[in-house]
Amino acid sequence: MDFDLSEEQRLLKDSVEGLLKTSYDFDARKKYQAEKGGWSKGVWSKLAEQGLLGLPFSEDDGGFGAGSIETMIVMEALGKALVVEPYLPTVVLGGGFLRHGGSAEQKAAHLPGLIDGSKTFAFAQLEKASRYDLGDISTTAKKTATGYVIDGEKFVVLNGESADTLVVTARTAGGQRDRNGIGVFLVPANAKGVAIKGYPTQDGLHAADISFTGVEVGADAAIGDPENALPLIERVVDDARAALCAEAVGAMDESLKSTVEYLKTRTQFGVPIGSFQVLQHRAADMFVALEQARSMAMFATMASDFDDAEARANAVAAAKVQVGQSLKFVGEQSIQLHGGVGMTMEYKIGHYFKRLTMIEATFGDSDFHLRRVSAAGGLI
Amino acid sequence: MDLSFSKEELAFRDEVRAFFKDNVPAALRQKLMEGRHPTKQEMVDWWRVLNKKGWGAPHWPKQYGGTGWSTVQDYIFNEELQMAPAPAPLAFGVSMVGPVIYTFGNDEQKKRFLPRIANVDDWWCQGFSEPGSGSDLASLKTKAEKRGDNYIINGQKTWTTLAQHADWIFCLCRTDPTAKKQSGISFILVDMTSKGITVRPIQTIDGSSEVNEVFFDDVEVPLENLVGEENKGWDYAKFLLGNERTGIARVGVSKERIKRIKELAAKVEAGGKPVIEDQKFREKLAMVEIELKALELTQLRVVANEGKHGKGKPDPASSVLKIKGSEIQQATTELLMSVIGPFAAPYDVHGDDGSNEAMDWTAQIAPAYFNTRKVSIYGGSNEIQRNIITKAVLGL
Ligand SMILES: Cc1cc2nc3c(=O)[nH]c(=O)nc-3n(C[C@H](O)[C@H](O)[C@H](O)COP(=O)(O)OP(=O)(O)OC[C@H]3O[C@@H](n4cnc5c(N)ncnc54)[C@H](O)[C@@H]3O)c2cc1C
Repeated sequence: MDFDLSEEQRLLKDSVEGLLKTSYDFDARKKYQAEKGGWSKGVWSKLAEQGLLGLPFSEDDGGFGAGSIETMIVMEALGKALVVEPYLPTVVLGGGFLRHGGSAEQKAAHLPGLIDGSKTFAFAQLEKASRYDLGDISTTAKKTATGYVIDGEKFVVLNGESADTLVVTARTAGGQRDRNGIGVFLVPANAKGVAIKGYPTQDGLHAADISFTGVEVGADAAIGDPENALPLIERVVDDARAALCAEAVGAMDESLKSTVEYLKTRTQFGVPIGSFQVLQHRAADMFVALEQARSMAMFATMASDFDDAEARANAVAAAKVQVGQSLKFVGEQSIQLHGGVGMTMEYKIGHYFKRLTMIEATFGDSDFHLRRVSAAGGLI
Repeated sequence: MDLSFSKEELAFRDEVRAFFKDNVPAALRQKLMEGRHPTKQEMVDWWRVLNKKGWGAPHWPKQYGGTGWSTVQDYIFNEELQMAPAPAPLAFGVSMVGPVIYTFGNDEQKKRFLPRIANVDDWWCQGFSEPGSGSDLASLKTKAEKRGDNYIINGQKTWTTLAQHADWIFCLCRTDPTAKKQSGISFILVDMTSKGITVRPIQTIDGSSEVNEVFFDDVEVPLENLVGEENKGWDYAKFLLGNERTGIARVGVSKERIKRIKELAAKVEAGGKPVIEDQKFREKLAMVEIELKALELTQLRVVANEGKHGKGKPDPASSVLKIKGSEIQQATTELLMSVIGPFAAPYDVHGDDGSNEAMDWTAQIAPAYFNTRKVSIYGGSNEIQRNIITKAVLGL
């Protein structure tokens, strides 16, 4: 057993954190958010230059052959700096589908642009009635002589406003909640019949509601088995959940730091408020919550490489529950301990709270995953 | 012991309820139900309807234009109003400065201000908190110096709710810099159109602009705008804050929110059935309802006690109302978040006007969750309330 990072992993951590320290303070973030699409092409190029976009891809595909621990390191750093650029939708989700399910041709067509930063991705999965169930799909992909025709509506697609390529879940057969008959398709965002309505999200990212009306794609658009892609989807989304857990740990870590700093500097009644024992204990409880979340984020990271899909899913679900519990406590208490200042848009702590809150509502909230863990008979 | 309302009280409840049913404008009701912010005009129009009925400042004594209701009637009125739902009379005028003026002000001030407060001819805001003085309010620094017939006010207030709408602000200012903390403070009424006042909006995390900074730069205020005695302002402020806490449980608001949670949870589907049919969700909701019932009864006990000992003498147990009331309000917004799940994410840049159809009813739910974090911070934070309980009630 070894919880330490390797020498190379430590270097990676230092270099990502270093990059963000110099180019991603709270004011810079505001500027990036004001750019077209809500994030910065300049920052994205820097991430590409440092090799971060190519991290998880094999060397044959032009990447660096790194594993899930490296993704955890990057996501935690992105969480600390509250980065708005589309790493999760592009590298973890879009890249994840190509990595775990893509053909050699698909990889050759898409990975170079992804890795060099010229192309971004979005995962179009959520539907009006699907909630967190990945297999609940009404969007259809009907087989034609040359490929598929896609019809349906997807909501809250992260980076859907800017992405060049959409990865779309759609039903090739069966009823709305059948586990079979599900495919995943690569759809150019500018394809005929794709209508994208973008908007900012509560946490300062950007998403889109996207409708597909008679969108024609070739047979080569399907990633993996177009009749049975749910296992692939679950696999990739588990990676994304693990990545979100790491991002949340980064955001909680920074929230706690800022809060402790505030407790030391804010004075009331002639003393720093951090001298009040009730606030000290609250901060101590935040630390406990953070460390519990950190452990489970590591567990999810290791689990995302399990061969046994059920064990993987159960472990990742458990992590998402712990992280969900922790982020709620840390997020809410960070605001509470900042008093009125915590309620303001001008001050950064509220933005951490909002990002944490939205992580909870992405790919399953605590209740959803708790139900899965309990249905699986628990963990131990 | 009898935990039910008397026949007369029930009849009173029906009368109030019927009046709200017939008179609250539908658009205003809808906005409140969806957690949107009504416009200034919408609120003022509604308060004038109330005032015409004689209910503009219902909790005031009869001689100042109030109703002379019992504390139980006051309670019923508040709860019915919150459940209607309709905006309660502007607290800064009706519940805060009004009672201070009729209790400590002179006849001239009573005549001049009270009728205008009840009819919202003047919109009041509360200038207590400062950047360096929140929980420790008595450390405030804004100073008022006597010069001829005026006070000259210099300093800064902050977190001033809806100062952007205000015609008047009531301020705590330091008039004796040499006195100990609490003893050199005066309660002064300031016309917001005075020269030297600047209002700067502060945007809150939900994207709305309900609070402001208010700067005072050599603002001249006639001496006659002092309420009561100079340097006694702290006593008046304590009286005012005591009044604030009894209204702060907001049981009716939470009841109304729970009705809305049930409505939405019956509409929104997860896994092929409405969220309301989910066992776990139902249990979480039921738990909040149980806590709310307990709070309602606790509030009624405080109200009954106040009935015996006279209005305006709040019970230290009212801290229980503040703590639980705020926690329950927060819990209801969390339940709404679990009802809509991933659809909490879209942010309506257009603000509260409801013009963005794609987000329609979900767009205000996350903002309400974020915004409601304030209720455990203001009005004496929940930590301060616990300090009150430990000292004043438990004697620790
Ligand atoms: C939305 C909003 C609207 C408001 N509207 C108004 C208004 O209209 N007019 C007005 O005058 N004010 C208003 N306020 C100000 C409000 O009353 C203050 O925010 C409140 O008093 C807390 O002060 P603070 O924000 O400076 O926090 P601080 O006092 O700095 O508190 C920071 C943290 O320390 C804790 N703390 C402080 N002292 C102690 C202690 N002794 N023991 C334990 N814990 C402690 C607090 O509970 C809090 O968690 C508003 C505030 C908000 C958020």
